[in-house]
Amino acid sequence: MEKGKGRVCSLCNEKRAALKRPKTLEQICRECFYTVFEDEIHRVIVDNQLFKPGERIAIGASGGKDSTVLAYVMSELNRRHNYGLDLFLLSVDEGITGYRDDSLETVKRNEIQYGLPLKVVSYSELYGWTMDEIVKLIGLKNNCTFCGVFRRQALDRGAALLKVDKLVTGHNADDIAETVLLNILRGDIARLSRCTSIITGEDGPIPRCKPFKYTYEKEISFCGCFVLDKQLSNHDDRPRAILDIIKSGEDFRISTSTKMPEQGICERCGYISSQKWCKACVLLEGLNRGLPKLGIGRSRGVRGEINSEHNANMKPANGTKNLQSKQCGSLDF
Amino acid sequence: MQLTLEFGGGLELLCDSVKIHNITVDPQDGEEQLTMKNLLSWVRTNVIKERPEMFMKGDSVRPGVLVLVNDTDWELSGQLETVLEEKDNVVFISTLHGG
Repeated sequence: MEKGKGRVCSLCNEKRAALKRPKTLEQICRECFYTVFEDEIHRVIVDNQLFKPGERIAIGASGGKDSTVLAYVMSELNRRHNYGLDLFLLSVDEGITGYRDDSLETVKRNEIQYGLPLKVVSYSELYGWTMDEIVKLIGLKNNCTFCGVFRRQALDRGAALLKVDKLVTGHNADDIAETVLLNILRGDIARLSRCTSIITGEDGPIPRCKPFKYTYEKEISFCGCFVLDKQLSNHDDRPRAILDIIKSGEDFRISTSTKMPEQGICERCGYISSQKWCKACVLLEGLNRGLPKLGIGRSRGVRGEINSEHNANMKPANGTKNLQSKQCGSLDF
Repeated sequence: MQLTLEFGGGLELLCDSVKIHNITVDPQDGEEQLTMKNLLSWVRTNVIKERPEMFMKGDSVRPGVLVLVNDTDWELSGQLETVLEEKDNVVFISTLHGG
């Protein structure tokens, strides 16, 4: 191998190649990499009409590599191409000592670096419980259920507090391919048909979109590594496989006679739910009643009780009577 | 041979939270060159303090660890066969993530 000389970038034919693009196997230099990386994301944003001028956009920011690069790319493209967007960083503090405190520091650095206002919503203010307290009660098993369900809602509630029009997340092509496979394995047709959409929840109060839908994790890591001194790679023999899986997921056609779960709203908090109570309310009820196993595993027992009449009471969401219709800032739990 | 090793993305936690290591390592007896394969086994013995399985799988790095030799993806220099030279800079970055 010839490190000093190396191969020449296949795009500019001048500089030394620094990486092999997983999507195309092209060997390109660092400068050309930034250009194609940012241009491709710009194309995805424009072609899918993800944003309209004047919109307020929250960037879901965990402090990890994907959201850190997302914050960088969004503020860069917004400036360069005059999207006219008002950008905000939105973080969730689960209350996990030694974990989230560090990554929140990263988000606070992003706030300064990119000049984006930051809003942090915490589990303790939203739900009255930190993850540390939940783990103390239920132990190390199953606590991911609480964390995952609570985080999804926390992002929506934070977005409502910021009065934003949309929420963008750093989900990348690898994440989406993984979700396609998971939903096929679980036979979850409803999620399979949603999970490849670049925008979801358009009928709800705060749509979500994924500008990195076609962006490989390895390239995000590369960008992060060079630009932001952050984080990675996959070792694939056939790296196109990731885009192929997304394509397969997109191409699934669900027979029109298939009965899909109806989406309604939680009677307790107004969040979207296919049951009488949303999952977060069921979990929270369990915590507050000292029955932390409520809502974990199969819906039998007390969860069954809570949701037993849901079929009779289900109202289809009408798009006005949920999160949005409540005044921002007064979302109570 | 003097090399600079850099661990990031959480891998530094496997070596006493030290990110940058200036090391001196020489080719093994009977070998003329030091390859990435040799270096990885040296690192496993001499630098990694805990949970080596988070860093390596078999004789290579664990999938999900990005390796850069002088800021270049090691896929371009021959991965394990990459021959190292004096003052080379090798970066290991992990992408373990939650969610």
